[in-house]
Parts: sequence; structure tokens; C-alpha cells
Amino acid sequence: MAASNRSGRPFATLRRVVQLVAVFALGAYLQASGTLSAMLMYSEDVLYLIRQHIFLVAVSSALAILFAVPLGILLTRPRFHRYTNFATQFVNLGTTIPTLAVLALSMSFLGIGAPPAIFGLFVMTLLPVLLNTIAGLRSVPPRLLEAGRGMGMTDRQMLFQVELPNAAFVILAGIRTGLAINVGTAPLAFLIGGGSLGELIFTGIALNDLPMMLAGAIPTALLAILIDFAIGQGQYWVVPKGVNPLR
Amino acid sequence: MITLENVTKIFGGTTAVDNVSMEVPAGSICVLLGPSGCGKTTTMKMINRLIPPTSGRILIDGKDNATVDQVTLRRSIGYVIQQIGLFPNKTVEDNIAIVPDMLGWDRKRSRQRAGELLEMVNLDPGIFLKRYPKELSGGQAQRVGVVRALAADPPVLLMDEPFGAIDPINREVIQDEFMRLQARLKKTVVFVSHDIDEAVKMADRIAIFREGRLLQYAAPDDLLAHPANSFIADFVGSDRTLKRLRLIKVADVMEAEPCRVRPEDTLEAAAAMMEEAGHISIVMVGPQGRARGFVTLDAARGRKGTVGEHYEKLPTVVNVADDLRTAVSTMFARGVSWLACVDDDGFFKGYVTQRGITHALGATYRDG
Repeated sequence: MAASNRSGRPFATLRRVVQLVAVFALGAYLQASGTLSAMLMYSEDVLYLIRQHIFLVAVSSALAILFAVPLGILLTRPRFHRYTNFATQFVNLGTTIPTLAVLALSMSFLGIGAPPAIFGLFVMTLLPVLLNTIAGLRSVPPRLLEAGRGMGMTDRQMLFQVELPNAAFVILAGIRTGLAINVGTAPLAFLIGGGSLGELIFTGIALNDLPMMLAGAIPTALLAILIDFAIGQGQYWVVPKGVNPLR
Repeated sequence: MITLENVTKIFGGTTAVDNVSMEVPAGSICVLLGPSGCGKTTTMKMINRLIPPTSGRILIDGKDNATVDQVTLRRSIGYVIQQIGLFPNKTVEDNIAIVPDMLGWDRKRSRQRAGELLEMVNLDPGIFLKRYPKELSGGQAQRVGVVRALAADPPVLLMDEPFGAIDPINREVIQDEFMRLQARLKKTVVFVSHDIDEAVKMADRIAIFREGRLLQYAAPDDLLAHPANSFIADFVGSDRTLKRLRLIKVADVMEAEPCRVRPEDTLEAAAAMMEEAGHISIVMVGPQGRARGFVTLDAARGRKGTVGEHYEKLPTVVNVADDLRTAVSTMFARGVSWLACVDDDGFFKGYVTQRGITHALGATYRDG
């Protein structure tokens, strides 16, 4: 560990320096070409839209997690075993439907505005979270279940002390994937009247207005990176040390 | 005490356990032995109701286990499985304290108990309490698995091939450790194994299973000396008489209170003692009674002088606490037909001869 740190540090430092230089160069270029000042004109819009964007992402992903994790738990209970294959196949089918089609479909029966956008994002996020919850719970070694049962654990104790902690890493990986899809898809909400930073991006494209487009795209990208980083941290700290490959 | 009364288990159309009745006395180790698929594991799992019996009763200390809530029942029975089953998300300490925690023990008390248990299997609590299972070797993990089953001090212990997945050297060490623990704790143990050597080493009684039926239930020496049928004779192996050597201690077959000489005795006196007793050699002991050497009848007869001037060194000795297997292999290795037996301090206690061992092994056949 210490050895890899020592050899890893110079590279990390080098990378950081290169990144800083690149960001500075980009900033200098944008400033010189006048793009930056043009972008700053949209700062009020950006602040408003980013709030809208975060709202869409937060509500849809929270609903998806609150729905998919319990559903995954339910589908891995012995009582529901026979439905598990059907459910995973159904969900697999769902992943093959293009994002835009999902949004269009949800608009066709929920109208326009935030609700259809949230529903569409919810569906897109649901799939990886559910699949990973099922996969994670199924990957818990049978010997742990046998040991737990043999020691007199109740079903509830088995779930919370054995199954979920041991599946946590895989479940969180699913949530990470789901949120990456969610944040990336959220700009499309603009197309069905849901707002979001997509408003700047799509309008920018339509008007061939580079500063406007960048004013939408750069916050979207930063948001995606930030959320991914946050969940990565969550994975690092929340998953018990003994079953955490990161620690 | 565990009593099985006409216990039968039918899975679908196949009978896994067929009308088994047996009794495991309190404080003893009963090994359920047989080839895979013989019903031994199913029988064990019916005791803590991981598998419900189709018919028959199982009594633990006279109480029908079907009348106890199964969670309560399992918490009162220690359970060790072959693949250990330590929870990787919990530290060693938390793993050991699982049952005490479920029983609502005070946290301080259960954690202190975890430390005490680790010490019992020679693992330093200071090092191991806070470790995770992935940071343990196989042998260490299995030790933790065993003490975890002992955490709430249950009177009954079920063990499903607990040492099966450990390399032979470590297995011996852990078996010995467990036997020392058992000598102190006196649990009623039901132990599933497919290894006849392990069974002979650990069991007070062995139950041999085949195709769901209990074929023979006997003490290890009985089983090896008198297998009930040809299947059991094959299963325990054609070297079963050699296996019995393990069960008998040197102290049980040696000639105790043997005649001996001292260095200052004359060769004449030594020869007279040997002739009187019908021996061809005699051991010489030091002033305190430690075995020092020996003289043969041939060397002593008709010669002058003292034993101290003419003795030969003993090629080797055997401890009275060793089993006969050690004694016999020492004899073969040294090419001798008798060995002097000493205790831990080197005091001469007796001698064991090949003829005496043969006689002891044959005793069971003559009596029967």
C-alpha cells in the first residue's frame, strides 16, 4: 500500500498540473474569444435551470431507489423466487428501449411538464438499480445464509445483518450507474417540457449559439461528475470494511 | 443428552434418513460417519430443525425439539459448518458476539467473552478481535468459527465437517485444540465427518450411516474391532486394526512396576533378576529413578563387574501418554522389540513389548 502510494504520487501530481494548465488554457481561450463573457450573460438562467435539473434528478432517482431496492429484496425472497426470472427479463427488455422513446411514451400518457420527465427518468434509473440489487443479494454466499440460519437469526436479522451488508457494494454500484444515466438523460426533459439545463443546450444548438450551448453543457457535465464522485465516496464509506474492495 | 426416536426424513420420493434411533450421552462426542449422501448431514440438521423431520421425535435433554420455537432452539445450540461461514462484513469480535447479541447480552459482557474465547484457541485478542474475516488464514478462521458457536455457552454443539477444508497439518493441530477444549467444556457434540481417522480420533461413539440407515453405533475401538458387516469393514479400512493403535495409550499395555537395576548392582545380580523374570534384558535407572540404559542377559551372564560399567545406552524411549501407534512406529524405526516407557520427567515407568501390544489388540476377540 505504502509502496504503491509512493510510486503513484508523482504521477498524480503530474496529472493535476496538466489538468490545471489545460483548464487555464481553455479559460484563456474562451476569454480571448469573448465566449466566456457571453456565457456569463446566462448565469441567471443557469442558476434557475440547474435548480430545476437537480430537482428532476433528485426526485426521479430517489423514487427509483426507493422503489427498486425493496422490489429487488422482495424478488429475492424464497416466496417470490419464481417471479424473479420473469421480472429480470422484463427489466432487461426495458433497458433496450431507447431513452428518447421512453420519454416520448411517458409524455403520451402523462402530458407535458415535470411529471412525465420525472417518470421517464425514474424508469431509466430503475433498471440498473433493480438488476444490481437482485444480483448483489443473489451473490451472497449460501454458506453465510446457512450459518446465519443455523445460529438462530430471524429472516429480518438475516436481511439486515447478513444479506444487505454483503450486497451493499453491488447495490451501490447499481445506484451509481443509474444516477449516471439519470443525470445524462435529464437534459432531454426539456423536449417534453420538463425544463432542466437541456433548455440551454437544445436552444443553443438550434440557434447555433456556442456560448449558450456551453452554458448548459458545462454545468451538466460538472453535475454528473460531482454526483458520481459523491456516490463513489458513499460506496467507500458506507459499505462495511470487511466486504469493501476499495478499502 | 440428545435422543433420536424413529426419525425419518423423506425428500420427494427419496428417503434420506430412514427410521434412525440413537442416543448421544451428555458431554460426549458422537461422530456421524459415512460416504456422501448417506443421510448423516440431514440427521444432524434435524437436531436444530434446519430440516424438519418427516416423522419421529428428537429430544434434547428430554424435551421434544419440535415444541420449542425454532429460533430459540437454534440460539441454544452451537453450529459450525465446513465452509466456516464467518460474516465478512463483521469483525471477528462481532462475529463471535452474534448469538450473545441476539440473546440480548450486555455489550461489554459479550465483547469480553469474545476475547476470552479467542484466548482459548490461542489467538491473541489484541490482534484478532478487530480483524475482518478476510484478514485471517484458513486455520484462524476455522478457530473463530468454532468459538463463535461456543459464545453463548450452549450445552449442545453441532459440527458439519468443521475441519474438512483445512490442510492436514493444521487440521491435526485444530483437532487437538478442540479436544483440549472439549475436555474442559464437556459439551454434547454431534459431529459429521466422512474421515474415519478423524472419527476414531475424536469420537466417544461413532454412528455409521449408509443410504439413510444407521448401520452401527459403537465406541471407536468396538467399531474397528467388530465391524457389523462387510460394508463397515470396507469403510473403516483393511488397516482397521492398525487404526486401533491410536485409541490405546502406552500406559494401558505396558508392564508396570518392572524390575530394574542400579549402576552399582553387579552383573551377577542383574543376570539373576533377568533369569528369574524370564527377560533377556533389564533397564538400569539412575539414583532418582530415571531410565539411563540397559544390559542384556547375554552380556551379563558369567561376567564380573557392575552394571554401571557395562550398560548400553537406550536407543530410544516412549512416553506413557503416547498412543500405541507412536510406540509401534518407534519400534519399527529402531528395529527393537521392546521400549522403555517414561513419564514427562523421564522417570522409568515400565516397558512395552511387541508381544504385549499384539496381546492387547487381540483381547477383544478372545473375550467376545
